[in-house]
Amino acid sequence: MYLQIMEQIKERIAVGDWAAGQPIPSIRQLAVDAGVSVITVKRAYLELERGGVIVTHQGKGSFVASDPRVGKRIREQELAEHLEQAVRSAALLGLSSKDLEKRIRASYDRVADAEKESV
Amino acid sequence: MNNLAIELDGVCKSYRFFELENIALQLPRGTIMGLIGPNGAGKSTTIRILMALVHQDRGEVRVLGHRMPDEQVAAKWDVGFASDDMRLYDSMTLGWHMNFMKSIYNSWDAAYAQLLLKRFGLRAEQKIKGLSHGQRVKATLLLVFARRPKLLVLDEPTTGLDPVARHEILRELTDVMADDDRAVLFSSQNTQDVEQISDRITFIDRGHIIDSMDKETYLDRWRRLRLEVPTGVAIPALPGVIGIRRSGHLAVATANAFTPDLPSAYENSGARVHAVENMTLEEIFVANVERSREEVEAWEAM
Repeated sequence: MYLQIMEQIKERIAVGDWAAGQPIPSIRQLAVDAGVSVITVKRAYLELERGGVIVTHQGKGSFVASDPRVGKRIREQELAEHLEQAVRSAALLGLSSKDLEKRIRASYDRVADAEKESV
Repeated sequence: MNNLAIELDGVCKSYRFFELENIALQLPRGTIMGLIGPNGAGKSTTIRILMALVHQDRGEVRVLGHRMPDEQVAAKWDVGFASDDMRLYDSMTLGWHMNFMKSIYNSWDAAYAQLLLKRFGLRAEQKIKGLSHGQRVKATLLLVFARRPKLLVLDEPTTGLDPVARHEILRELTDVMADDDRAVLFSSQNTQDVEQISDRITFIDRGHIIDSMDKETYLDRWRRLRLEVPTGVAIPALPGVIGIRRSGHLAVATANAFTPDLPSAYENSGARVHAVENMTLEEIFVANVERSREEVEAWEAM
């Protein structure tokens, strides 16, 4: 559950609705808005703080990290996670990194083709 | 003022075929607790003891600081209780019931009651006998919520409701928590509801509390590990793992005290860890009950 809340917050930051350095809702307020428990939001905020996405100032509340590239960094992190997952799957198949590179190239071409067709 | 909305300590109650044993429970103000457990586990009995509808044989019960059952009159002004067996007057309208509650409780919030009418899709001029099951449940909850009690005790508030009605009620419950002085205890068969809105989870089976802790810690302790076990490799029994199901070269290990070094412990034994998965409360519920049943059987076979 907290993972879903983390995703929603990261998405808001990534699309720029919550800008760098801006205050974000209190834990209790976000829990009410999202219709989930306070503890879930607390956990999500804690993880986001640990990941440097938000900062909490005692008594002042929580803010989006002041790094203006925070939105981009979230997307970078997502990509890194997907790639690591691909590496693990490749290892299960016994593929070398060269093999994996080839597969990625092929996937890249397939997606590019599909997008060309849909235009 | 006491920080606990509910406090049970060493509570016991014996019936001919059922025993509630040594129940200890604490619900801090500002939190929602979900009470889960199989049918006949003791959820309703626990709730009825809290509400002094049933008196414990032994043990301390405090509700909003009041000793129960002795001080129940004082406690009940600030407690909103709803259960399936509450009866409304069939021939009267919902509006009549609302006026009735208003005449009893100073805390009645007429504006909030109007808002709830709208949110729940109810009409004050409807007679109770014409209401569907879902409307009746919502009407009962409206009458309790609009009193704005410090503590809400709800026995299966979402049972038998369609998804929209369930959603409306969960929404109101999380809304209540905007005020950090209030607390909610609710029992439910719907683990999804409990997982979504609870801060704390209490798990009861066969009259015992199996676990009672904050939800995130609780969910975090459980993991499912998907393993590939090469021929000739034996899966070791590792601490924190409560069960392994094996099929061919694949095995699924269920951990209830997961630590980050568990996957490498399996790897060291020669197995390959394909995935480490979080479990839903539903899956934990089933694993927990199965385990407790097996333990009882093992004990009885001794």
